[in-house]
Amino acid sequence: MTPVDVDIDRGAADRPIGEAPDTPPGFAAATAFLECVHCGLCHSACPTYLELGTEADSPRGRIHLMSALQAGTLALDAAAVRHLDLCLGCRGCETACPSGVRYGSLIEAARPWIEAHHRRPLATRFRRRLALAVLPHPSRLRRALAPLRLLERFGVLAAVRRLRSRLPARWRYRLSLLPEPLPQPATVPVATPPRGAERAHVQLLVGCVMPELFADTVRSTLEVLTRNGCWVTAPAGQGCCGALALHAGDRAAATRFARANVDAFEPPSAERTAAPPLVMNAAGCGATMKEYGHLLADDPAYAARAARLAARVEDATELLARLPLIVPRGGLPPCRIAYHDPCHLAHAQGVRRQPRMLLAAIDGVTLVAMADEDLCCGSAGHYNVMHPDLAERLVARKVEAIRASGADVVATANAGCALQLEAGLRAAGLAVRVRHVLDLLADAYRAAE
Amino acid sequence: MSIRGPLADADRAELRRALVAIVGDDGVLAEPADLRVYECDGYTLERSVPTLVVLPRTTDEVARVVCLAASAGIAFVPRGAGTGLSGGCLPAEAPLMIGTSRMRRIRMIDLPNRRVVAEAGVVNAMVSRAVRDAGLQYVPDPSSQNACTIGGNVAENSGGPHTLKYGVTTNHVLGVELVLPDGEVVELGDAIEETVGYDLTGVVCGSEGTFGIVTAATLRLAPLPEAVTTMLAVFETVAAATTTVSRIIAAGIVPAALEMMDRTIVAAVEAAYHAGFPTDAGAVLLIELDGPAAGLPELTTRVVDICRDAGARSVRSAADEAERAVLWKSRKRAFGAVGRLAPSYCTQDGVVPRTRLPEILARIERIGARHRLRIGNVFHAGDGNIHPIILFDERDREETTRVLAAGHEILEACIALGGSVTGEHGIGIEKIRELGLSFGVDDLAVMQRVRAAFDPARRANPGKIFPTGAACIEQRTPRRQAAM
Repeated sequence: MTPVDVDIDRGAADRPIGEAPDTPPGFAAATAFLECVHCGLCHSACPTYLELGTEADSPRGRIHLMSALQAGTLALDAAAVRHLDLCLGCRGCETACPSGVRYGSLIEAARPWIEAHHRRPLATRFRRRLALAVLPHPSRLRRALAPLRLLERFGVLAAVRRLRSRLPARWRYRLSLLPEPLPQPATVPVATPPRGAERAHVQLLVGCVMPELFADTVRSTLEVLTRNGCWVTAPAGQGCCGALALHAGDRAAATRFARANVDAFEPPSAERTAAPPLVMNAAGCGATMKEYGHLLADDPAYAARAARLAARVEDATELLARLPLIVPRGGLPPCRIAYHDPCHLAHAQGVRRQPRMLLAAIDGVTLVAMADEDLCCGSAGHYNVMHPDLAERLVARKVEAIRASGADVVATANAGCALQLEAGLRAAGLAVRVRHVLDLLADAYRAAE
Repeated sequence: MSIRGPLADADRAELRRALVAIVGDDGVLAEPADLRVYECDGYTLERSVPTLVVLPRTTDEVARVVCLAASAGIAFVPRGAGTGLSGGCLPAEAPLMIGTSRMRRIRMIDLPNRRVVAEAGVVNAMVSRAVRDAGLQYVPDPSSQNACTIGGNVAENSGGPHTLKYGVTTNHVLGVELVLPDGEVVELGDAIEETVGYDLTGVVCGSEGTFGIVTAATLRLAPLPEAVTTMLAVFETVAAATTTVSRIIAAGIVPAALEMMDRTIVAAVEAAYHAGFPTDAGAVLLIELDGPAAGLPELTTRVVDICRDAGARSVRSAADEAERAVLWKSRKRAFGAVGRLAPSYCTQDGVVPRTRLPEILARIERIGARHRLRIGNVFHAGDGNIHPIILFDERDREETTRVLAAGHEILEACIALGGSVTGEHGIGIEKIRELGLSFGVDDLAVMQRVRAAFDPARRANPGKIFPTGAACIEQRTPRRQAAM
């Protein structure tokens, strides 16, 4: 075995897709693989291993495969690629790992390398291209959704939904991944003043998919922040955080998004010492932006600025718990709430306590425990679109845990999770509502009026 | 005669077809990427890739698979979660691997009689989780308890910190369902506490898969202790800590757990988990007492006094469950933190009578000095089960040779002090050579005859425990490896 010593972030990773490698295959430092002691403690934290029982679909197995691929002792064939593709990127294994292996960085480095060295079937390539060409661009997404919005307005979508049970299973599931009803897009002003005394200035990442598909949650975010005394600015020029591209192995696109955001969110140089927190309501965006310093480390013009930005990033729930929260004077009708940890909040950012604190502060809420609260629901970015079969099995497991918890509301802090959970609950015929923590808080504030 | 090496292509294809007929297409793994990950377990120094892996879902499927293997004369190896530390589920001489990862049902929970029937692939911690609300637990708690399976626990007769007071796996298994190497399914032991005749369940515990495949086990449940005190005692020297261990036991006190970490390990653990360990101390003891709430404060006082008499700098009790959890997390995940000290490490698993702990630690220090190696110690002090961790850089070939020599010398020293070459990791493939240090030719011959009673054709996990001729295994350098 001749390990190739190539630092993470260099090597094949930055080569344009399709270009042949001019150096031996390599995408990560050989020492990064050495960090894994092969103990297998990650197995129980891996949704795909729990579901499939195959070790090639476990974190340890995938590290083993990546190491063998890099060393050139294993061919990059369809089977190998499938095992790495099936990784949700939930990073539950990082929480379980006693050795501190940075699995997320490894798989992230492997993905562009796979794209550069493996030719996928035409249909798959088309779907991936399409998703990446549309989803992270709000204006394109809006145009793509326009016909659907028309269908919604004239009641056609509602009619299709009524026929749900007669649709083929695959289409039934895909249909359920569209919010019901499809909302009108949200617009966020460049600056929104606080309600009441000012307590903080925050910058808001509006995101790409959020204002189009989850407009209510965007409105709730503004409402909750301003009611907590925040001056909320949403600088023009911001865009997608880059997570979708990064997870799909398109590192070049991800760094483009990251640079644009560094430019957009950077305060004038005079104000840099007191730069405001940069908050968002989507766990995947927060996780990605907290790692901008790492993502742009090789770009001399951006490395330091990206690291400064990353240090300011906070999930909205983190910020609110820290301010601390102005407890809503209203409240909610008595309800039992189970909280589902979004992977990119719990595992990638270590934020578990804050959302629960916020929920517990709402009058009328009883928090109930649920089994495997931090096990991935199968949403994972656009995983549920690329691998609907497994995503459906994962959410079915989650639905059973929800049923057993006796909750009548499931709260989470990520819109993708909410959609996935709703789809699973609907398929199981379980009358449990799914809400974003910020939506529940906004309801509680509004109830006081 | 049985087939032990890799199969010819035609035979492989035929076997695959026959297996698919039993378990379905998704139950047979045959692609290189599927198989590669099964080339080793938590012990990575030696590797061999299985020809085929089959993942049955029921005992009936296991029986049919084993029957098929028997009629074709093909050797097989069972595998649970692959967390073993001695290469017990390495394919070695068996082309066919039978995994239990899809046999995850708890078949029965019988609270009034305090027992559960769990399939082989059920994860250890899940058993306790399933009965916790009833105030019960399954006691054996290996550090890998969140991943390792009941089948593997039975095969390795696994231990853990709390086995000091409560015993190892065999003390908690009432009976097993076993698929014999000819495919016959037998039930050994009984669901009741006392049985007549030979204790065959006891023989199967620790048999490392050489008697067939355990597909389910009836496990004894125990009440959760009414009260628990977890203490951290800090000592200036390793000798003072180990003396304390002997004195606590000699005083007739049986702690639920009694664990030691030396200065090297404490430094790594503190850097990783920030539990508040003093990094200038020579050694720390983690002492856990449990039992009825009534007597516990007095017992705690006695233990504190013993610690102070032996020269403890400080003794503090965990104030609440959260603090207790941090202490245990630090101990159970100590090996992971060691990765911060060196690029590679290699751990040993030996046992000495606990009164000889000061002596073995002194010898380990001398062995380390002689081979110019840094060695840290973290172990189950209460039962004399040591885990010296040798730090090195696997890219340095010459240093690696010294590591292998030092490891062997440490085990020799354990034997010389009246101990044994493995406490809880098993013999597997790692310690075949060392087994001869503990047992004579006659002892080994008797063991082989017991094995032959279950598996006369030696088709169940051949090439393990006992030395054999043929082995098609790739030797690796010692590298980082988990110490439980």
